[in-house]
Amino acid sequence: MDTILVVVEQREGKLNRVSWETIAAGQAIAAHTGWTLEAAVVGSGVAAIAGEVAGKKVAKVYDVESARLEPYTPDAFAHALREFLEKHPAKLVLMPHTYQVRDFVPKLATAMQTTAITDAIGYKYEGGKLVFTRQMFQGKFAADVSFAGSGPYFVTFQNGSFRGDKVEAGAAAAPVETANVDVPDAVVRNKPQEVFKEAKQAVDLTQAEIIVSVGRGIKEQKNIELAKQLADALGGELAASRPICDNGWLPMDRQIGSSGQTVAPKLYLALGISGAIQHIVGMKGARSVVAINKDSEAPIFEIADYAVVGNLFDIVPPLIEEIKKAKA
Amino acid sequence: MKILVCMKQVPQKDAPLKLNDAGTWIRDDVSYEVNEPDAFALEEALRQKEKHTGEVVVVTAGPARATQVLREALAKGADRAIHLEGDAFVGLDAYNTARAIAAAIVIDQGKDEKFDLIFTGLQSDDYGYAQTGVILAEILGLPHATIIMQIEKRIDQNDGGIRVKRELEAGFFQFVDMPLPAVLTIQSGINKLRYATLIGIKQAKTKPMRKVTMAEVQSAVGGNLQKIEKLHVPQKSKNTEFLEGPPAEVAKKLVEKLKNELRII
Repeated sequence: MDTILVVVEQREGKLNRVSWETIAAGQAIAAHTGWTLEAAVVGSGVAAIAGEVAGKKVAKVYDVESARLEPYTPDAFAHALREFLEKHPAKLVLMPHTYQVRDFVPKLATAMQTTAITDAIGYKYEGGKLVFTRQMFQGKFAADVSFAGSGPYFVTFQNGSFRGDKVEAGAAAAPVETANVDVPDAVVRNKPQEVFKEAKQAVDLTQAEIIVSVGRGIKEQKNIELAKQLADALGGELAASRPICDNGWLPMDRQIGSSGQTVAPKLYLALGISGAIQHIVGMKGARSVVAINKDSEAPIFEIADYAVVGNLFDIVPPLIEEIKKAKA
Repeated sequence: MKILVCMKQVPQKDAPLKLNDAGTWIRDDVSYEVNEPDAFALEEALRQKEKHTGEVVVVTAGPARATQVLREALAKGADRAIHLEGDAFVGLDAYNTARAIAAAIVIDQGKDEKFDLIFTGLQSDDYGYAQTGVILAEILGLPHATIIMQIEKRIDQNDGGIRVKRELEAGFFQFVDMPLPAVLTIQSGINKLRYATLIGIKQAKTKPMRKVTMAEVQSAVGGNLQKIEKLHVPQKSKNTEFLEGPPAEVAKKLVEKLKNELRII
């Protein structure tokens, strides 16, 4: 019987909660295929996290340990996991698609002469074949992708692809096995410094109930004012996709997406936002989404409750007036 | 500093895309542009060269139309270009693309280009693998760092290394010290892009462009390790209601929804 290994993510000794989604993915695939599900936590002094994971429905949890795994470096993580996987072979290795994982997974897969399907959002198991779905062309299409070769097959899952709160607990705690790995000094070439935040975040968009967000479709900096008026009329916060903040049209702390804030407001009103994957992951938890975009094929419409195909400069001014009327 | 920038031509952001008959790829009759993060990678290479002197070489793998990306890079100030040219490069997975590029720059008849730095954009707008740069580093045996927002030579330490600023999630960052040579994947927004000047466009025509055929790198390239079985329009997760009509009418309809359905107002 083949083994599925979920590598849970920890940073500075804390479990990254997105790992529960990956365990949920592993449980679903294990139920489908009949394969054995195991988990591993990689780090230095992370036995407590292994214990936490052992409470879930998994056959076994490995605590992969080396002092050189803290702080994180791609060299040490790839080396440690390769050594571990050579001793404990797995057919399928699942991880969350985090900035840390995407930093080392291509290296690890290449070192093991295999490949990683990255940023997957789901899977299919048909006729004994596993196929993973991932977005392409900025979310305009989805692709079903299969593995060639003998594996191990690495897959990373996009945030929100599985329900972390639906992880099955185990009937009894799974056994935890410590696996010490040897990471020689010379392997680690990078010297990471402390993790830091640029500036204290002035706005906490995670608490906002209404967010009006602008993308490239706003065209010019001076047009931001129009979006601001709409946000004010609705009593909401103003936010943006990455290119707007890169241009300096709005401060970085108003950026929504994988490199910005992750929000779940009652209303997310997207103005001229195409809906690239990196943006969607930051707002797909919104209770309702209204999108205004001139491109009828913009991926943002796939997750919108209400969609307006048209020029935002024609629609927003009367919209502001109607909102004011309705509120008066 | 001798810097290689890996660049890719991708469909234009707003281009309407259609599937081919087999449903395995998009139809080729669309407009193309440079992959945006790659444009920032080029800009960063040009700035590093201006600061420390050196040479900027650009490389792409793709059909004849992809030459455009290299021409634009030369016009902006890159010194020379390498084009792995041919349709055979189109369907390669990230592993084989990296192998082909490595072969073109390193294993080429015993010639090693010996770059100090190799840049790629952090990911492409078409496949979105976010892998080619890291794989290239592993193949070349070089250290790497991803999603880079700043690059400084570590002059104070005088060890020839660099200090880079990595972007992490949710507004966090980290400085990483690393030796050269190295591979970095560059984040959009690391700098402000320049435009090509008229003189630059003129000069670009005389700059060297080396063409590399698939036959020349074939021995380094194997079968794809992952295969796109099918492309399809994503399944909708929501029942989207499209509001239509003249702007004033659409505005009325939308406010009605905000009020009665979503109960926001």
